[in-house]
This record gives sequence, C-alpha cells and structure tokens, in this order.
Amino acid sequence: MTDPSKKIPEQGAGQGPDGSGPEPLLKVTGLAKHFPITKGVLKRKVGAVKAVDGLSFDVRPGETLGVVGESGCGKSTMGRLITRLLEPTGGKVEFEGRDITHLSAGALRPMRRDVQMIFQDPYGSLNPRHTIGGIVSTPFKLQGIQPEGGVKKEVQRLLELVGLSPEHYNRYPHEFSGGQRQRIGIARALALNPKLVVADEPVSALDVSIQAQVVNLLDDLQEELGLTYVIIAHDLSVIRHVSDRIAVMYLGKIVELADRASLYASPKHPYTKALLSAVPVPDPSRRGAKSDRILLKGDVPSPINPPSGCRFHTRCWKATEICRTTEPPLIQLAPGHQAACHHPENAADQRPQDTVSVASRETIELADVSGAGTETPAEGGASPEAGSAE
Amino acid sequence: MSDVQKTGAEKATTGTGSAGGADKFLSVRDLRIHFDTDDGLVKSVDGVSFDLQAGRTLGIVGESGSGKSVTSLGVMGLHNSERARISGEIWLDGEELIGAGPERVRELRGQKMAMIFQDPLSALHPYYSIGAQIVEAYRVHNAVDKKTAKKRAVEMLDRVGIPEPARRYDDYPHQFSGGMRQRAMIAMALVNNPQLLIADEPTTALDVTVQAQILDLIRDLQKEFHSAVVIITHDLGVVAEIADELLVMYAGRCIERGTAEKVFYQPQHPYTWGLLGSMPRIDREQTDRLVPVKGTPPSLINVPSGCAFHPRCPYADIPEDNITRTERPELRQVTDGHFSACHMSPAQREQIWTEEIAPKL
Repeated sequence: MTDPSKKIPEQGAGQGPDGSGPEPLLKVTGLAKHFPITKGVLKRKVGAVKAVDGLSFDVRPGETLGVVGESGCGKSTMGRLITRLLEPTGGKVEFEGRDITHLSAGALRPMRRDVQMIFQDPYGSLNPRHTIGGIVSTPFKLQGIQPEGGVKKEVQRLLELVGLSPEHYNRYPHEFSGGQRQRIGIARALALNPKLVVADEPVSALDVSIQAQVVNLLDDLQEELGLTYVIIAHDLSVIRHVSDRIAVMYLGKIVELADRASLYASPKHPYTKALLSAVPVPDPSRRGAKSDRILLKGDVPSPINPPSGCRFHTRCWKATEICRTTEPPLIQLAPGHQAACHHPENAADQRPQDTVSVASRETIELADVSGAGTETPAEGGASPEAGSAE
Repeated sequence: MSDVQKTGAEKATTGTGSAGGADKFLSVRDLRIHFDTDDGLVKSVDGVSFDLQAGRTLGIVGESGSGKSVTSLGVMGLHNSERARISGEIWLDGEELIGAGPERVRELRGQKMAMIFQDPLSALHPYYSIGAQIVEAYRVHNAVDKKTAKKRAVEMLDRVGIPEPARRYDDYPHQFSGGMRQRAMIAMALVNNPQLLIADEPTTALDVTVQAQILDLIRDLQKEFHSAVVIITHDLGVVAEIADELLVMYAGRCIERGTAEKVFYQPQHPYTWGLLGSMPRIDREQTDRLVPVKGTPPSLINVPSGCAFHPRCPYADIPEDNITRTERPELRQVTDGHFSACHMSPAQREQIWTEEIAPKL
C-alpha cells in the first residue's frame, strides 16, 4: 500500500501518506441509515427502522477496528454503509479525506479498488456456476485491469497467498469446504490490493478448528500487505483476538469505543460489562461462579421505536431518571477510551446528582400520582385515596 | 452388514445380558447409525457408548459432521428406519429402545425424553399459536381436558420466564423474539416433566446475553426436576459452563470421554488439544497466535484408515510401526472414568501436554 494511489482524483486532505499517523484512512461522522416502513398501495411512509443512528469513528491506516454487538444492533448495516453498498440517510463517510457519502455508482468505481468486503456466508457469496478462477478474476475484469503476467497467473498467486493450491483454478465452489470457500472469498477481496477490508462475521459460519486457521490467515495477510481491517463480529473472544480498537454497538449507536486492552480490562459502559460477563468461558472450575455474571433482562428493544434517552436504560441496572430523558454523548473517559453513559463503570459518574434509579422511580411515581391525584396508571390500586386527596 | 439391524425390526431380546447399570438412567452401547447414499455408506455414528445418571449433564462436543446430532436423534428414535441402519443398544431407565417398536418409542418421546432443537423458528409450527402447540404436547401424553392443559401450558410459559404468559399464550411464533421462542420450545419440551432432556445446540442461534439466560434456565430446571440432560454443542465455552461429563466426537466416533474437569485440565487426545488451542479465550492473557488444527474434517464416506484423526494429527508418527495409519485405536481408560482413543502411550501424551500444549493455551 506504499504506492501513491494510481487513479484517484482529488486526493484532498490525504497528503500524508500512510504511516504518518493521525490522518485516518476512513472517517465517519454522524452516520445514519433509516429504512422506511411503508404501507398500502401508495407506499405511504409510516415509520422507519433506525438501523444505524449517528455513528462517528475513525479507522487509522494499518489498524484493525473490531465492531461487536448483538443481532439487530446495526453492525452489518454499518459495514455496508462504509463500503457504500448502501447509501446513508445522514452523516458523512470520508475515505482518504474524500467525501464518498452520496457518490454515484460510477463515481464510486475507482474507490471500490481500495475498499473490499469479506462476507459471512461462504456458501451464499460465491456463485456456484462460476469456477474459482472466474470468481477471483472478476475484480480485474470489472476494473479493467491487466495485472502483470496475466490474469490467470495473478489469480493463482492469490490462491497460494490464502493457502489454496493454484490447481484449484478450474474447480467449482461446491468442491470446497466452508473454510476453503472463505479463503476464496478472501482471495477475491485481496485481488485489487485494497487498502481497507471490511469483514462481516468472517469466521462465524466456520467450525472452531477452521476458525483459527482463517483468523491466523487474516493476521498474516495484514502483516504482509499492510491492510487495514474493519472486522464485524458477535463473538467477543474472536474480536478481542483480532482487534486493535473495538467499537461496541447497541441499537444503532456506538456505546463504547476503546483500545482492546482498555476495553477488556475496564469496560466503562454497563452494556459492555454485561456482554463481557455473558461470554461462556471454557473453564469448568468457573461453573459455580455465577455471582460475577450480569444477566440482562429481556431482549434488545425494536429499532423502530428505540427507547428515549439512553437506549440501554430499559435493561440497565444503573439507570436513573436522566437516562430515560437525556441521551448520553460519546465522550472520552480515559485516554483512548470513549463511552456513552451517564453512570459509567470504572470511571467517575457523569451525573452524580441524579441518583434515583428507574426501578425505585416507578414506586415513587405511583406515590406521586396517588398524592397529586392527576392520572391513575393502569395498575394504580390506590385510586380511591387519590380521589379523596384531591 | 451382519451386525446391522433396522429399527422397528422385531428384535425383542437384543443383548439382555448387558443391561445398563441400575444407576444409569441412560446407557448407550456401541451405537452405530449408517446411511446408504448414492455415493456410498455414510457412517455417521460408528460405535459410540456412554452412560448418564439422572441429575447429571453430559456435553457432546465435536465439529460439524462428527455425528453428535445424529447420535442424539438416534436416542430420540427420530431417524427414518427405511433410510438409517441402526445397531447397538440404547437403554433408557431399564428399557431398550432400538429393539422396541416405533409405537413404544413414540410413547416415550415427549413423555420420558424430550428434545430442544437449535433453530426454534423451524422447530415451532408457524400456523399454530405457541399455547396450542404446548397444549398438544401435553394432551398427547395426558388424558386431561383442554382447560387443565391450558392452565398447565401457561404455568410452563411462566416457569421459563415468558412475561405475561396468559396473554402471550395466544401469540404465534413469529411474534416472539429468538430468545423467547427458545424459551417456548423449552416449555414445550418440559411440559411432561421428562427425565431425559436432549438439547441440540440450544443456544447457537442466540446472542451471548440471551445465551447466558437460556443456559441458566436449563441449569435451574434440571436442578428442579432432577432430570438427565444431554447438551450438544460445538462451543467449548458452553459445555464448560453446564456439563458434568464430556464426550468429544470425531468422524462418528468418541475419541475422548471423561468428567469436564479431566477433559479440560488433562485432555488426553491431540484433537481435544487442537480444539482447545483453536479458540481465542477471553479469560486468559492475549496470545499472539491461535494454534489451529491443520486440514479439514474427513468425509464420512471415506474415513481415513487407522486413527481417523491421523492426517491432521501432528503426532501421528510418534507411535511405532505406522500403527496410526493401519489400526483404529480403541477407547481405553486413562484414569478412573477418563477414556481416550489414541495410540500414543499415556506417558507420551502426558509429556506432550505438559511441555508443548498446556503452556501455549
């Protein structure tokens, strides 16, 4: 990735070549994607799924940014937005200083060379009717590039690079196992010598022993080719192994963004803490130790109607009144460690004056209501008193 | 083919001599399940034996295609007897199941033994409400009227932690979230208080926070009902969490068996070492590299000769006379209750484990 990018016009602010540090390869500000929900023949818009709702982060050259979260938190949508497979509804995506948020398909084409994607499902992402050679050489055709020594030779070099045999050139996807198919997907993503590779759950469909092979391969390739990765996964152990920095997502928002060591040693957001404590540990002696596990109640709320204030407040054991009304900003709580929480763990409370917990608030509210006698909630058994008090 | 019989064949007196011990609630002896296909005979399960007491949990681990699910479906009697060739013995509470007729197995299924499947969305019927499906499972085995059955179903939904069970009773599977569907399926499996519960990858489709809830639930219910639980998974973290005993499968055979402590702390088979080395661990210091098992799992039509693991085993050349390639290792006792199928001597394994493997984990 040392060669000055061949054809990208208006390099903009990206003068600093790689390695110069602070200049991010990818810069995302306030990124949002709302999928409309329509109804009826006229496709009246009746609502929106706020899959991604205001993300801001940088990806620095040469690093691996891990993105974790539960299903439905918007991590895959985020991956598709930064590769511009989807067009954002709001915010800005800059790649090497160039705004690519709303570029047309044609204008995006030169950029596609630098940003590639590895998909989760190695069965669905390879066309069963094309040979491996055909699949891996497609990027060259689309970009109109004639590699040195011919396409076939280059494809065979790529197959070797990812640990397959060059003789596999004329075979079809069904002849390969899941792990081998994932290698083919990786070879295709690397064909054009990209700068940024976005991998969406690259190992979650694979068996444990094969997972380790692919994780090691991604590691080696990064070292060899100086790649920058954004790796999206739900498995916290895998994410810890591969990432330099980690973003934790919940309901379309980043709730915590930190260096790996810092995140795992002292998580600041209660959600991160709960997530980490829920990971099953392969050590039977810990079986009895149930006490240090935080069991979250219920499920992730719907992104159609996300909770007000902090989106995690409905499941958070530390939630107070302010969490219900005011959304916490993503702020720096320690060097290289950002979190969006009013009452973070392992850090100073941001709102120490607000101590009324949501659980106790409910009882307080009931008492208030019976005192004021305004509105009786559904379960208000104290209504006769309320009437007499007024 | 001589030792292979079909299920449902009238074979009342198979191996009465080797009845499972009195304290063993479930006892599986030399179970073989083979499938005839156009490509050849697939030996999905090829001689698996294990015992399980009431109140204990057995974890079966292995990669896809190792035969763990086929084993559990065999115990439940869910294989098509036209397609599968099943032999061996399965003793459930003193009763042999392979020789028993399909009618008898059908009576036991849902009553004495029940199963939780991996994907609750495809295991629940989309056309019937959750409540109706639980009621059906209850009324098949209990002669009660609809009202009593409904009461029981609501009670079960409440027990597995569905909020407002009486209201959710009439909901359909698509109205439930993934975690709630899995809870509903557990409610359905447990409605008749089965003494044997088989859970096939019960948490694989779920998020970690929900997975923790479900594992907790299974553990609590087991304590409450004192049932025997078989949990099948590829996730070593999950078995460490819940299983008392462990059975590691590879290419249709059991290659290591023992208590969870023994298998995790003194594993005796190179494949188990490989599994432990392949997984990144959140409870340990960061390692630079994972140690994967090389190669891929074998095809079950052409299982490698000798030890099925030898093409992937880094220590295959240690035993003399090329024995790993010619002779299949038997499952031998290493220490009390800990078995391993490996040609290396216990001393050799001990040395490799302490010097090479354990420090890297």
